[in-house]
Amino acid sequence: MLPDAPELLSLFGIGVVLTLLVGFYSVLTSQNLIRTLIGMEVLTKGVTLLIIVVGYVVGQIALAQALAITLIIIEVAVIVVAVGIVLCVHKHTNSIDTRDLGNLKG
Amino acid sequence: MAGTDTMDTMLDILLVWLLVGAAMATVMTPRILWSVIGLAVTSAVLTILMFRFDSPLAAVFELSVCAGLIPAIFISTISLTQRLSPEGMAERRREKWRRFGLLPVLVILVGVALMQVHIPLDFVAPPAAKETDVRNVLWHVRHIDLVGQIAILLGGAWGVVVLLKERKRAA
Amino acid sequence: MLSLLILVPLAGLLLLNLPFTPAMKRTAWAFAFTVALAQVAMVLVAPAAAWSQQGFLAQYFSFGLEAKDLTRVLLLAIGIVMATTLMVGRSMITDDRQQFNFVNLLLVSIIGMNGVVLVTDLFSLYVFLEVTSVSSFILIAFNRDLGGLEGAFKYLILSAVATVLMLTGVALLMLVAGGTSFETVAAAMKTSGGITISQMAVGAFVCGLFIKGGLVPFHGWLPDAYSSAPAPVSILLAGIVTKVSGIYALVRLATSVFPASGAMNEVLMVVGAASIIVGALAALGQHDLKRMLAYSSISQMGYIVLGLGCGTPLGIVGAVFHLFNHAIFKTLLFVNSAAIEQRTGTTDMNRMGGLGSRMPVTGVTSTIAALSTAGVPPLAGFWSKLIIVIALWQAHDYGFAGIAVLMSVVTLAYLLLMQRRIFFGKTSPEHAGVREAAAGVVVPELVLAALTVAVGLLFPWVLNTFMLPVGGIFH
Repeated sequence: MLPDAPELLSLFGIGVVLTLLVGFYSVLTSQNLIRTLIGMEVLTKGVTLLIIVVGYVVGQIALAQALAITLIIIEVAVIVVAVGIVLCVHKHTNSIDTRDLGNLKG
Repeated sequence: MAGTDTMDTMLDILLVWLLVGAAMATVMTPRILWSVIGLAVTSAVLTILMFRFDSPLAAVFELSVCAGLIPAIFISTISLTQRLSPEGMAERRREKWRRFGLLPVLVILVGVALMQVHIPLDFVAPPAAKETDVRNVLWHVRHIDLVGQIAILLGGAWGVVVLLKERKRAA
Repeated sequence: MLSLLILVPLAGLLLLNLPFTPAMKRTAWAFAFTVALAQVAMVLVAPAAAWSQQGFLAQYFSFGLEAKDLTRVLLLAIGIVMATTLMVGRSMITDDRQQFNFVNLLLVSIIGMNGVVLVTDLFSLYVFLEVTSVSSFILIAFNRDLGGLEGAFKYLILSAVATVLMLTGVALLMLVAGGTSFETVAAAMKTSGGITISQMAVGAFVCGLFIKGGLVPFHGWLPDAYSSAPAPVSILLAGIVTKVSGIYALVRLATSVFPASGAMNEVLMVVGAASIIVGALAALGQHDLKRMLAYSSISQMGYIVLGLGCGTPLGIVGAVFHLFNHAIFKTLLFVNSAAIEQRTGTTDMNRMGGLGSRMPVTGVTSTIAALSTAGVPPLAGFWSKLIIVIALWQAHDYGFAGIAVLMSVVTLAYLLLMQRRIFFGKTSPEHAGVREAAAGVVVPELVLAALTVAVGLLFPWVLNTFMLPVGGIFH
């Protein structure tokens, strides 16, 4: 492990936690389907940064890069499907507001 | 990256601020188009961080896919779905503040709280990897992830077919 | 041999979609069905040598797959549920092109699920969980009706939150262990499993799995997804997808990767008990058949987690046995609901009644499945619940054992209520012309009912051959 690992980890650890916080807040409060997806993207950014930082700190940067690349590819596939669902919802309701949904109750 | 250097540390701190700031701007801006641009900026900051952490290949992916492709997908979706009058816009702006006004306070509080927290790194450090080339890792060690990537891309393609292709008759 | 379980569906998927093979498109269903049955056959008859990762293919593909006894039980269940889904899908999706899309998505799903149960790396586990999830999102929204789209979107968002939690766990474990393979992580957990970072990592990862498995308090998405999906997809989701993506991963990691700790077991038991109670009580109040079955699934999943939380080999055997049994009888119940939906066009139990005389096979098999779910001897569900309760008793968790037994009674109550509302009483005039479901639905009903009865009657053999080795590997 690098000698300055603790400093790096605490600085970027805070950055990651705050990014995740922003993402979670957005996913929870957004009333627009696309904004919910954007919040989801912000979450993914936070976790990608965490993987890269950890990989750098423990000297596994090649592994971390491989994981990050796979993560990005998967992210795209999920977003494409999610956007497809949003477009279908829009075709039905002519709206992408979550308040216009809600036929399903818990 | 020489982490002990003060300049470098300053730059790191600045980049972390930028990342969190861009993320907040992304979720808080009332206009959804700006929100997508904010997401692209967040990705760009992340790309710079990846370069600083010796991860050029991942950085290139992040830049081209997350700062390029995904915003493009979002913008085309928005152009297909959004129609909003100026009055609606003003209403949205007020509402946005109602729901997201709490976020900056929360971010600052949690940030300050985290600076007080000290999580001990009391474990035996694992040995560093001998293999440093990401291409070798991806192609020789993590075959199975590549198979997964192929499968998920095929799945995504089927998603587009199933969800968006016009059907001859209603299902 | 093992890599074939992933490569064959993948190769088939690619071949079926080549532009110059339109004639092969017609064989898609037959191909997928053969894959599913071959998987069942492989688990039942393949010699031990077949389960090693050696031979011709291993020279080219270093997948690092592994099939422990637990994995084989899951592979068997995946094959059975997949074959059932294909048969019901063929019977209920009439449009040729739609059926082709459906089969393709099922092949993606089978790649994902086989991957999940075979991989030995935390990150690869995430990759295949996502493969499974992406195919599930599309399948739920398959009919493009508003309910399905909403259910799919809700599932997608919660699933994304779950993966973020899991990846945070993976990254933190990488910090401690320097790698992501099960072996590396398990070794590192032996020395530093008790430190704060490891515990945060395990906590985040397990939380993600709770969401994926639809356990209380993260169960919000599950009833929506199950009840809004097209009938064949509900069978797949309820029968196997949530079990593989949530519960299997939990069992595998809790038993051989993450450090065994009293706190972890406590959390599992509390979450399990809460799922049992909330699921059973919510099921009592539902009038939509599929929603009721979805809540029942949450409740039964609670039993599995409760058995796992017990921490003893017997508890784990009970959990895995119940996992398998639940895959069979919950699949059967959802096939029954598909049969009813096919003939009456509704899943609202208030509009049913008296269907027993019209649909005798569905009625009888549904009774068998319901009794097995409630744990009535000598059906399969009785034995697995019995093992879980005995394990809890031996571990001196009398309170949890009491909850398990008490909630069995509630389970019996809501399932008998369901039987009465659907199959007994007066036939409503709108369903006067209802006939028994098509052969594609009736055959799986009979096979699954026979399996439930057979596993119950041949319980000693099943236990010795399949289940006890599962407990053995953890020594």
